[in-house]
Order: sequence, then structure tokens, then C-alpha cells
Amino acid sequence: MSTLEATTADAPAVVVRNPVETRRRIRVGVIVGISTLLMLWMLLTTKGGDVSFAPTSPFDENQLSPITFPAQQTALISLIIVAALGLACVFTRGAVGVALGFLVGVAFLLGFLCWAYAGQPLPITNPLKGTLSYATPLIFGALAGALGERAGVINIAIEGQFLAGAFAASVSATVFGNYMGLIGGAAAGVLIAALLALFAIRYLVNQIVLGVVLVVFAGGITSFLLDQIPQTKQLTLNNPVVLQPKAIPGLSNIPVVGPALFTQTVLVYIMYASVVLVTFLLFETKWGLRVRAVGEHPTAADTVGIKVRWVRWQAVLLGGVFAGLGGAFFTVGTNGAFDKDISAGNGFIALAALIMGRWHPIGATLAALFFGFVFQMQNQLQLLQRIPSELLGMTPYIATVIAVAGFVGRVRPPAADGEPYVKG
Amino acid sequence: MSEQAKTEQPNPPDGPNAAPAPRKAVASLSAYLPTVTLAIASIVLALLVGAVLIIVSNDDALSKFSYFFSAPLDGIKAGLNAVGDAYWALLKGSVGSGAALRGTLEKAAPLICGGLGVSLAFRAGLFNIGAQGQLIAGATAAAYVGFTWNLPVVLHLLAALVAAMVAGGIWGGIVGLLKAQTGAHEVILTIMLNYVALQILRWLLNLNAFQAPGSDNPTSPLVDSDARFPQLFGVHLGFYVALLAAVGVWWLLSRTTLGFEMRAVGANPDAARTAGMSVAKAYVLAMVVAGLLAGLAGAQQIVGHQDPLTDGIAGSIGFDSITVALLGRATPSGTVLAALLFGALQSGGIQMQAATGTPLSLSTVLQALIVLFIAAPALVRSIVRIRSQDGAGTVLAKGWNA
Repeated sequence: MSTLEATTADAPAVVVRNPVETRRRIRVGVIVGISTLLMLWMLLTTKGGDVSFAPTSPFDENQLSPITFPAQQTALISLIIVAALGLACVFTRGAVGVALGFLVGVAFLLGFLCWAYAGQPLPITNPLKGTLSYATPLIFGALAGALGERAGVINIAIEGQFLAGAFAASVSATVFGNYMGLIGGAAAGVLIAALLALFAIRYLVNQIVLGVVLVVFAGGITSFLLDQIPQTKQLTLNNPVVLQPKAIPGLSNIPVVGPALFTQTVLVYIMYASVVLVTFLLFETKWGLRVRAVGEHPTAADTVGIKVRWVRWQAVLLGGVFAGLGGAFFTVGTNGAFDKDISAGNGFIALAALIMGRWHPIGATLAALFFGFVFQMQNQLQLLQRIPSELLGMTPYIATVIAVAGFVGRVRPPAADGEPYVKG
Repeated sequence: MSEQAKTEQPNPPDGPNAAPAPRKAVASLSAYLPTVTLAIASIVLALLVGAVLIIVSNDDALSKFSYFFSAPLDGIKAGLNAVGDAYWALLKGSVGSGAALRGTLEKAAPLICGGLGVSLAFRAGLFNIGAQGQLIAGATAAAYVGFTWNLPVVLHLLAALVAAMVAGGIWGGIVGLLKAQTGAHEVILTIMLNYVALQILRWLLNLNAFQAPGSDNPTSPLVDSDARFPQLFGVHLGFYVALLAAVGVWWLLSRTTLGFEMRAVGANPDAARTAGMSVAKAYVLAMVVAGLLAGLAGAQQIVGHQDPLTDGIAGSIGFDSITVALLGRATPSGTVLAALLFGALQSGGIQMQAATGTPLSLSTVLQALIVLFIAAPALVRSIVRIRSQDGAGTVLAKGWNA
């Protein structure tokens, strides 16, 4: 769809060969070529021996025996798959192309893992749980972004909402108990969202400016407040009890997936529900239709009697709840006490996930899971020390650049995203 | 409200084509006046909010406010004292003495360069969050040239600066190229490349070639003294280089064909394309020059200070550059002024922390509030009642659709 739009804009004359498609082929071809060469090099340097994959962690109840496979042979097979399917991928478009691209990615990962793990005593551990843990705040943040931006309010301030949410969650969990932390976090997220809405909708401030400023503001105010808590009072004000995982009976007994997905903290379960809820709200309810209407064509929405600004307020404030919960994940969800800049840029990665997922809650969730997976793989591979950890540390970001530049390409935001509405 | 909104947005918000309009203000000095009043009012408002934070953070004032209703004067007096002390220290620490002034200017220098980079990209319709990464690339290159090469006095400094600009330019150029060729969004690309640059720096700092001899710390040796900025009228040369860069950017944007094309593409890429301009070229070159300027900011951090290269070399300058550019409304002169203000706040903030114990993070809050108020003229006007004139609302970056 996006290629179609670009075609009309890009092609001045009638040409038989579609230049956009040609460019896409070159792009994909270059990526496939580089990956094939990389895999060839890895195949040549792969050590002999077996690689094993342990689907269950030693702490799980139902133990499954690890799957073992010969490293070099598997690397060879995955090289062939990457080369063949990659070539096919260059010449196919649409859903088939996406599926092929996905398979190429999986094969590449397999070959890479064979290279990394061959001759190592460690098995490849199941990355599912870690993926989810990295992805949870990203998903919350991306949902917040999706709600706001579908209504036409750009939210770059997700990072700021995370920081405020994390701080408030930590303090309120310490003072009132850890479930109150979730409420405190959500409230702080709503507070920043209210600032965003006030300045964007009421005072027509440029929303990109506003987002950046709110991130700086939230960062400044949370570290200012943290500085106000004297060392002696740290334990009574900033020392929450971290949420404990709770197994869902039945579901948590599913082999492999169960312990990873259904033995989690309440916050993760809220995240599952939130994805469903936001998707349902946006695409199945009258309210969601209104939200999307004011984000695409506010004047038309106004004409049929929708209160544009009020709907935008609602969407942004609701988004604040999710962003605040995402922030709470950093304190009550995992780390405990709040520290300066605890979200470490995750808000911006959530924003990237939102854009990669094309402003759709499900797409954004998948993109966030992709980020989570790459972070987790990086984390696991660090133990092997085959690649300097700093270089490994940049793979998630390089992967994003490749994904965005190579496969996602031009995306279309909601038409009125970032444009304040003035009744005229 | 709606009336207010109408008057302050002469260009309907749906017009990306509206961007060049506020430039008309350059024509006469008087047109700047409402902007100046607005800026002063915004700063005053930000300081007022900051005052509340200072009182809250001051134990003495807080304890006296606890019996506010029985003896209100005590609380007010203590509060005013705390605020007065803190702001007096802030002022003294920023412009109160020669050394303070020097600190302010030297803090402002990298902010000017970085801010110019962000501003320039803005004018071409690109939201460059990547100043941080470009700055790291520049600082790394400058440091490497500075401590490994042996060159004569003037040449060495020049080589370090050029290396920094080339490295920053390449780092920025990658973004422009990917954006132009694949349509990938520059916000994602720049965010990701910031992290990549930081990781590369960390990796380099673990190599022997980048470590101080005999040390295993991830810290480079100091650059040679002949690769440092010499002092000129009490401030190091870097400040003048930054001013020169501002003039250069002004010249590029308003006096050259390329600058015109960048602005045209920034205002409306479709119209620019129809007019026969190459949008891709404008994007790539804008990002190259933006990266070059940020790289220069990185060099400032290395050859302007006595500091070695560490992974914290960029500090928060990359992000502060964005706020500086926004505050300066993406104009070169505005960027310089905004950078001076931020330099003063940061330099004075250190003094304020030392003298009164008010945390340095107050400076950050003040910076954010000033930009927020300046960006919301409607709010400031409703509080201070300034005559509304030109479109003081910033229209520089539209949305994702830019």
C-alpha cells in the first residue's frame, strides 16, 4: 500500500519497470547478499561438535530433554535456506514476501547460534521469558503512543511518562504496598499525559517540541525529587517490594511456553489484557472509531458532531495509564528502588516499536517483542564471550535499522498526527 | 480560547507550507519585540515554578511553612531567602565573575554547535535526535587524532577538528542516505544510531590503542597540548569557532541555493520535488552538515577541555542540543542565544548546588520549563497579557508527515 502511494509521487513518467519496486529489490537483495556472505564466513569458522537447545530452564517443574543438533551441518542447511529463500524474497511481494523474509531471519539466527554456541558447554536457553521481560514496558509504552497518535497527538514523551511512572510507583509501593505502586505509576503517567494534552490540545504547542521537553522535564523533576529523599529515608520512601510472579493454574503447565508466559507478575498479565483492550477499543467500538476519525480527519469528525478536542484528551489520558504502568515495570516490576534515568531510553525504543508496527497496537506489540527478543539474545550471548560484549550490545539497534530501512520502509502515520485542531 | 488560538496561528495548522512564513520577522527589528517579551516572560515564569521547587527542597523554609497560618511572615521570609540565595548563586555562578562567564561561554560552545546541527536538520524537515551519536563519533575521531598523531601546532588542532567533522558528518549522512533511499523514519534511525555510536565508543575504549598507556581503564590518554583550543580574550577558541559555525549556517540557509532547497524540502517535500529539486539530495546533505556540526560539538568536548575520552564524553549535550534548537526556533541566531542561556543555567547550576545545596537537576527542570513556556505563547499571554502579534508559535517541525 505504501509502495503504491510512493509510486504516484515518485514516478514522473510512465515506465514499464516500477522504480519503487526496483529499489525495494535492490534493498532486499543487498541485505540478503550481505547476510549470505556473513553466514558463509560463519560456516567456515563454525567449530565442529553439537549445539543443544534447552527448552526448559532448570527451575521449571516439567523438564524436557534438550534438543541437540550438529553445528556445522545445521549451519550449512541454514546458509542454503538463507540464500535460496532470500533470493525468492527479492522477487516476491506482499504477505508471501513477508513470510519468506521471516523464515530467512529465523534461518540466519539458527546459523548464527550454531556459530556462536558450537564447541561451548552451554546449551541455548529458552529466550521466551527474557524476551517478554524486555518487551513488557515497550509494549505498554507503544500502546500509549498508539492511543495518542491514532487520535492525532504525537507522543514522544513516552520516556518521560516511564520515568514519572517508575518514580511514583516506587514511592507509592514503598509507602502503601506494592499493588498501590501500580496505581501510583499509572497516575503519574496520566499526569504527564495531562501536561501533554493540555499543551498540545489547549495551547497548540508543537507536539514534537512538547514531547522532547516533557522528557527533559520528567527526567529533571524525578531526579530532583529523588535528591530530596535523604539517604536516611531511602528505605521508607524508595524501597518497594518487587512484584512476585504468580502462576496461572493450568496454563502455566503448558510445556515450554507455559512457565515463560503464564508464570509472571500481575503487571505482565495486565500487559496481555491491555493489548487486547486497546485493539478492541480502537477497532471495535464507537469510541475507537471516533478516536481514529479525529486522528485522520478532525474537520470531518467535527462536522458530524464529534468533540475533537475532548476525544483527543480522552485518548491521551488513557494512554497515560499504560505508559505509567510501563514505567512501574522498571521499579516495582523488576528492579525495586527508583534510580535516575532508570528507563534508560526505553521510551524511545517503544516509540520506534510504535512506528515499526505502523501505529497499530498489534503491530507495535510484535515490534516490541522483536526488540525484546534481540535484547534477550544479546544478553544470553554475552555469556559466551565470542564477540566483545560492546559490539554485541549494539546488535539490537543495528537489527532495528536493518528492519526499518530494509523491510519496513516508508510508513504512513495517521493523517492528522501532530496537528492541533482549531475549530474554524 | 478559540479566538486566542486563531489570532496566534495565522497559518492554519494544516499547512506544512506555512513554515517559511515566520522568517519575514527578520525584516524589521521591531517584529522581534513581542518575541523578546515572550521569552523574558517565559523565563520569569519558569523561575517562579523553580522557586516553588527550591522552597520545597529547603528544610528551613519548609519547617517554617509548617506553621504558616500562625505566623505567615516567617514562612514567607524563609522561603524568599531560600529562593533569593539559590538564584543569586545561580546568577553569580553564570555571569558573576570572569571565571563564571568563561564557564558559561565554554559550556555554551558545544551546545551552539550541536544546536545548529539540530536546527539545520529541522529546517530541512528532519527531526534529528541523533546529535548525541554524531557528537560521540566526532569526539572519538578528534580524540584519536589528538593523542596519536604528531603534527605541528596549528595543523594538529585543525586535523582534529576536521576528523571530528568528517566522522560526525558520516554518522549523520548515514541517516540521510537511509531516509532518502528507503524512506525509513529518521527518528528511529537517529535513536538507534545514538546507541550504536555509544557501543562502538565503549568497544574502542577497551582496545589498547585507545587506552592511556599503562592503564586498563576505559579512558583515553589526554590529547596533545598543541591539539587544544588556545585561549583568546579569556575564552578558548572553540567558542569563536561555534559563533563562526552559526554564521556559516545562517549563510548556508539564507544565502545559498542549497539552503533554499533544504528549506523548500522542509516546508513541503512534494512541492519541492515538483519544482525539480532533489529531495534525496536535500535530506542527505542536510544530515551530513547536521552531523558535521554535531561532530564539531564533540570535538569541543575533547580539545576544549582537559578531559580524556570516556564513554560519558557526550554527557547530555546531544539531547540538550535538541532543546536548544527548539528554543532558538531553528534559527542560527536563536540557537546561539538559547545555547548561551542553557550554558549559563548549567554553569550557574553547579555554583548553586555548591553554595545552597539546591540539586543541579533544578537547572534541567528550568531548561525544560523555559522551552515549554516559550513554545506555548497562548499560555504565557493568558498569564502575563502580552499583546499578541506575529505567529510566535513555533511551526518548525510539523509531525511525522513532514
